[in-house]
Amino acid sequence: MTTGFFSQYGSEIATLTLEHLWLTGAAMLFATAIAVPAGIGLTRAPRWAGPVIGVTNILQTIPSLAMFGFLLPLPWLGERAARIAILALAAYALLPILRNTYAGIRGIDPAISEVAQAMGLTNIQRLFKVELPLAASFIFAGLRTATVTCIGIATIAAAVGAGGLGELIFRGVASVDNRLVLAGAIPAALLALAADGALGLLERWFRIPGR
Amino acid sequence: MSAAIQFRNLSFATAQGRLLLDNISLALDQGTTTAILGRSGSGKTTLLRTVNRMIDPTGGEVLLHGKSVRDTDLLALRRRMGYVIQESGLFPHFTVERNVGIVLEAKGRPQSARTQRSHDLLTAVGLDPATFAQRRPHQLSGGQRQRVGLARALAAEPAILLMDEPFGALDPLTRAEMQDMLRTLQDRMKKTILLVTHDLDEALYLGDRIALLSEGKLIAHLAPQEFMASRIPEIESYIRSFHRGERAAQVRAN
Repeated sequence: MTTGFFSQYGSEIATLTLEHLWLTGAAMLFATAIAVPAGIGLTRAPRWAGPVIGVTNILQTIPSLAMFGFLLPLPWLGERAARIAILALAAYALLPILRNTYAGIRGIDPAISEVAQAMGLTNIQRLFKVELPLAASFIFAGLRTATVTCIGIATIAAAVGAGGLGELIFRGVASVDNRLVLAGAIPAALLALAADGALGLLERWFRIPGR
Repeated sequence: MSAAIQFRNLSFATAQGRLLLDNISLALDQGTTTAILGRSGSGKTTLLRTVNRMIDPTGGEVLLHGKSVRDTDLLALRRRMGYVIQESGLFPHFTVERNVGIVLEAKGRPQSARTQRSHDLLTAVGLDPATFAQRRPHQLSGGQRQRVGLARALAAEPAILLMDEPFGALDPLTRAEMQDMLRTLQDRMKKTILLVTHDLDEALYLGDRIALLSEGKLIAHLAPQEFMASRIPEIESYIRSFHRGERAAQVRAN
């Protein structure tokens, strides 16, 4: 790639990278806000765990291009491409976060949960002082998988006009310009690697020896 | 005076209909240690857990000084009782100090009071706070963990101490040290202790009374010397299984 290429596309790459981050970030926030409480709820009603995790599992099997397409004709959502993209990405992020939150809490040594109860901790205290800290590393592992997946799938969001780095890739493919494809693909890959590294650090930070 | 802990016609059946406790009536005096002895599956732990309502009996009731545990606020009830289990059940993500102070933390006591109390208790169970307060459970030996477990159980100055095989996982020498420590502490504290064990030696050494359970039934409730002299078949078979190695060695020596 030449300096000419960068002077021509540099600011657009930066804008689209930010847009990509925004789509992924919003979707992750949305998914986390749903999946973490839902995962906690399932540990309180384990007989629902199979069906609920099953549904999120099915969501994940829908091909991403089809998912964006399905959402397009919906009222309100269809008006803005970014809304569709965020909803679709959040749907993909649900499974790993939900599953890891559920498994992380269920995997805690039953003796520990029991002692917390026997010590007279309230349900809220048990959740925030014992269960969530002990499950935190698992929950972050789920967030990590979900984020990396979302950054990848977000490139498809350009197909419905939601922007992001996928736009450069689609344009590059259409105009048979590999430089444009790479200008979208490389920053997307770097974003994924950075998210993977940062969340991996958090995951390690919260790992409890002897858990 | 009403008993510190009284089990009255207590029964517990599982949802599948298996009877784990069968009409148990037993009164424990304040300030005494009662060893609940029995094989695995005899109902010892189940009996213990009805006191802090980790299990609610399906028949009969548990009374503390004449008042049913069911009529007491659940959290208050549990915070008034120390609870020690095998392998200590320490919270792996807390320091030793925070583990010891957790009941006070749950009750909303200020940090300074918790720290002070937990350092005093660590000293009482033979752990130097300067060395141990900031350690995590995985940095302790099995015996040290049980000491912390005991300190934690004592933090809220409970009148009752529930101990479920507290020394079961320790090597014999460490176990003996822990038993001595508990005895020394108990001479001073005079708690009402319920100690679940399958170890006859431990029951004799620590118990003021021994309650023997078998298949959910109370077989006997006796002082140690009465227990050893008893002709009840279940007790005799328990005693026969005791000190077998010692006796075999003596036979060989003769």
